[in-house]
Amino acid sequence: MASRKSKAATPTPPPIPEGGRRKKAVKAATAQEMSARQRDISVAEFFQKNRHLLGFDNPRKALLTTVKEAVDNSLDACEEAGILPEIEVKIEVAPSSEGGLPPSVAQATRFTVSVTDNGPGIVKKNVGKVFAKLLYGSKFHRLRQSRGQQGIGISAAGMYGQLTTGKPTRVVSKIAKEPKAHCFEVSIDAKKNEPVEHETKQIDWGREQGTSVTITLEGRFQKGKGSVEEYLELTSIANPHAVFVYIPPEGERREFPRGVDVLPDQPREIKPHPYGIELGMLLKMLQDTKSHWLTGFLASEFVRVSGKAADEICKAAKLSPRAKPRSIMGKDAEALYKALQTVKLMSPPTDCISPIGEKAILAGLYKEIKGDFYTAVTRSPAVYRGNPFVIEAGIAFGNQGFIKKDSDDEKGEQEELSLDDGDGNGNGDSERPKTLAELRKAARLKEKQAKEEIKGPELSRLIRFANRVPLVYQQTACSTYKAAVEVGWRKYGLTQSRGSLPQGSLVIFVHMASVWVPFTSESKEAIADYDEVRKEIRLALQECGRRLGIHLNKIARAKYEMSRRDKFGLYIKEVAEACGKLKHKYGTVNVEKLKKQLQSVASKVTGGEKTEAELKRKENAPEELANTIVVTEQGIQGDVPEGMAPGGAAAPEAAEPIEAAEPAEAEAPAKGKGKSKKGKAGKAPKAAKSAKPVEAKAFKGKAKPAQQSAKAAKGKAGGPPGIDDIPITSFGKQISGKPAKGKAAKAKGKQGGSKQKELF
Amino acid sequence: MVANSKKGSNRDLAKALAGMADQVIASANKGRTPSMDIPVRSLANVSFNEKKRYIEMGSAKQQREFFNVNMAKKFMQTMLVAAACRQLEDEGKTTSIRDLFYMIKHRIDGSSENTVDEQTESDAVIEDLEVTAQFIREELNLFAENKGALAGEITLVDSGDTIDARAVGSGGWAIPSIVEDHVIKFKKCTAKFVLLVEKAAVWHRLNQDKYWKKHKCIVLHGGGQPPRGVRRLCWRFVNELKLPLYVYVDNDPWGYYIYSVVKQGSINLAFESQRMAVPSARFIGLSSFDPGTYGLDQKATAIGLDESDIRRAKEILAYPWFQSKAWQKEIHNMLANGVKYELEALTNKSISFVTEEYLPKKIKDKDWLD
Repeated sequence: MASRKSKAATPTPPPIPEGGRRKKAVKAATAQEMSARQRDISVAEFFQKNRHLLGFDNPRKALLTTVKEAVDNSLDACEEAGILPEIEVKIEVAPSSEGGLPPSVAQATRFTVSVTDNGPGIVKKNVGKVFAKLLYGSKFHRLRQSRGQQGIGISAAGMYGQLTTGKPTRVVSKIAKEPKAHCFEVSIDAKKNEPVEHETKQIDWGREQGTSVTITLEGRFQKGKGSVEEYLELTSIANPHAVFVYIPPEGERREFPRGVDVLPDQPREIKPHPYGIELGMLLKMLQDTKSHWLTGFLASEFVRVSGKAADEICKAAKLSPRAKPRSIMGKDAEALYKALQTVKLMSPPTDCISPIGEKAILAGLYKEIKGDFYTAVTRSPAVYRGNPFVIEAGIAFGNQGFIKKDSDDEKGEQEELSLDDGDGNGNGDSERPKTLAELRKAARLKEKQAKEEIKGPELSRLIRFANRVPLVYQQTACSTYKAAVEVGWRKYGLTQSRGSLPQGSLVIFVHMASVWVPFTSESKEAIADYDEVRKEIRLALQECGRRLGIHLNKIARAKYEMSRRDKFGLYIKEVAEACGKLKHKYGTVNVEKLKKQLQSVASKVTGGEKTEAELKRKENAPEELANTIVVTEQGIQGDVPEGMAPGGAAAPEAAEPIEAAEPAEAEAPAKGKGKSKKGKAGKAPKAAKSAKPVEAKAFKGKAKPAQQSAKAAKGKAGGPPGIDDIPITSFGKQISGKPAKGKAAKAKGKQGGSKQKELF
Repeated sequence: MVANSKKGSNRDLAKALAGMADQVIASANKGRTPSMDIPVRSLANVSFNEKKRYIEMGSAKQQREFFNVNMAKKFMQTMLVAAACRQLEDEGKTTSIRDLFYMIKHRIDGSSENTVDEQTESDAVIEDLEVTAQFIREELNLFAENKGALAGEITLVDSGDTIDARAVGSGGWAIPSIVEDHVIKFKKCTAKFVLLVEKAAVWHRLNQDKYWKKHKCIVLHGGGQPPRGVRRLCWRFVNELKLPLYVYVDNDPWGYYIYSVVKQGSINLAFESQRMAVPSARFIGLSSFDPGTYGLDQKATAIGLDESDIRRAKEILAYPWFQSKAWQKEIHNMLANGVKYELEALTNKSISFVTEEYLPKKIKDKDWLD
């Protein structure tokens, strides 16, 4: 936060001015001359020169970043307004500046991006500022989990478009109560960082409400890795409550369906925790506060600082509790800063974080990735440098090479092409090329078969998210990557080379939700490698891996048993018939009956019906989700430490708390908005309360997952759920696999197997 | 091929084989995995009977289960072999173990797998069946390929044909697999002893030089490790005609072992020892001391021991029936020299050195190992 500000506001050395200056530079400049050249730099100007900082380094990335910023804005707006998002992303080739026919998609350098949502719309007077003023927004001044943070993104995208094509940003916005939608064209005055806006017209828009933003920019369209489509897929995984429609410049319109019908909880805004602030920020807070006494300042501007703690801090800093905050500067401020770090304080509250939730992650992974095993883990909240955060991880695994990477496929095609070229090379002998081709075909077939082996040679794919936003670039710099590499996947039945991701048809999902995600750079591409963060990621992944291991073991055993059974089956006929011959003249043998009897014995000794069930499960794709969850739950059950034992009781229990969970959820958006206590507000605070014990544990850093789960289980059985429980129980309603629940059936229906796309 | 004349035991065999089916049916009825107990045919389950001076099979049995991946195929093969033997018995026919292999060999329905792929598989199963059903191969109406030849001072009747073994030409009389009394009868014997030679080549030398005529003996070979027919025939010579048996083999661990199989029986067929082993058999040569004694050009004729030779020699050193001082000395001497000799090495002195000097002197000097 502070660093972003300083970047924007500190007088960086002015860019080299007018060309004439160099010749005169022989003569030293006087202070007066220099001061004449020193002037404010507008943020917009700064950006104009440093666009790479915000993800506009090249045309390819610029296109993606523009979509990303618009989609993030739409999602944030919808969620804050308590609306289930429906977002349409449309990319068209824009006519080139020279005029004439629009070029082909691959050749085109100008694109028009339109993102339309069903959000609340934007008040007329704010439209210009939102879309054409950098650092304008609702998110920067709050410590609260959200996608965007600085209010730069969409304006920057608009400005990029303006810079590269000269076209203004077009906005259509309609507020529910107003009869007509307003159309605007906005551009940014880069020197003043002020919007230039003019309403063009009012139109009848087919929608009840919403906002549509259209930016024409210089870009490059590409498919596969780093594409808009992939980005939307990933976004859809982490935001299964949203519907996305993607209309590419060529090819099929694609819809990313909804996986869950419930909005995520609106995160609560919190004040900074003393452990998480920097000296510069403390100084600013001292200046800005309305408190007159130092103790008052500490207790009111920070979370978890009680009056008693404030006194302690003052004592430690050797400052008077009655000191005027505004007068604390220099050494005193430093002493105060040190004291703030040393005094023992409770961990910050964690209800400001809204994780995706295990079940929602499962739903997201399931609907977008084709595989046959899915699992997800949401860790309890933890804290790094005074910032609460939650790590979530998930796995989608294709046991039979379902999951393939795009890049691999392309490579394969290329290889095939080059092979074909080789065949075509006019070899006079007409016989030889044919046999060669056949040989190659056989070799290719073999290769294909080899690929279909359980563990293909390809590396698994890591998909990373921060506050539900996919991270696409700089994977290896990311803490999630380091943690994923660090996990010993081999003990879970996967192959893994040292220092790399595991191999196999595997997607690894990692999400960090936090009020302040520590990015390694301004362009928000990788999560910084804090020990606390990495440890949480590792633990989450280990749990996922453990479940996968159990699953794989089961499958492997079932396969082995089945192969045994098949083998026995082959021999049974031989043995039964031999028996018939041996008994000749010594009584008759019903060979068919004997075969059946032997068959049933063979089946019994090879795991009985369980084996079949285990293997069949994979063949029935439509029932995948429910079954996968059963597998997952079984995995959990199988290894639960004593005392927790959800065991058989887990399922019935899961059904109960749904009712308890619902009011809390319904309440959440209202709570988030800060519109306090409507009619049934009674339950929301309770939910918050029940979260407390969990936080305390997390702070101590001793809480074992099992204990927390035990807590969670208790929460389920008893009173209203704590923060941990909400996502889980809400999911129980969604996809518990109980057809009785209307929504579950609905969710299932939406996720027909055909809609799944191979993500790799 | 050989007419079966021992009708008396036939009922028992058919019944015993039918009993194997009964076991399977009973297990299936009870919902249990069918299994059979097969006596173990390995070193662990044999012991050397000091008194009888041959190897006896112990009582250890191995359970062969149908629904065990490692045993399923063998179980199936055992049942197939049993059924095939039952068929032979019913039809009153005898067949070679090669034929039996083809009798049971076929593609298993719905697979790319054959019931048996190598004859060694069915041969092993036959031996299993022999020990399990307690009927020897001959009683199962099976015989092996003819192997080995004989010539010498004896006249015998083979399936009704009279064979004068002094007039069997350069190839000799081929020794059949089944040499029981109902097939082979001894008519007239003028031989003083029997000489069993390891290799056909050396046997040819002896036959060509009419060694048996000069020294009044029977000379036979078994083509390496002598098959059951040859061993059984030797047993009959020794026990029925009261002839001494000399064994003449290469000077290497494998030669020693051939001698010991003739003398004490084999580990694999320990159950047949009492009707095959000839505890009185003598090892006439080639001894590791002979090259020195008989002035052989050792540099020219010795072959270095390789690793497997040394390993085998050490194994043999440990066998209970090789514990006599003389044998220990013999084997240690070979190991110390680090070389082995083939029988043909003697030809290095002169073509007929073996028939004219070596063997006569050995027998005269009683220079043998017991």
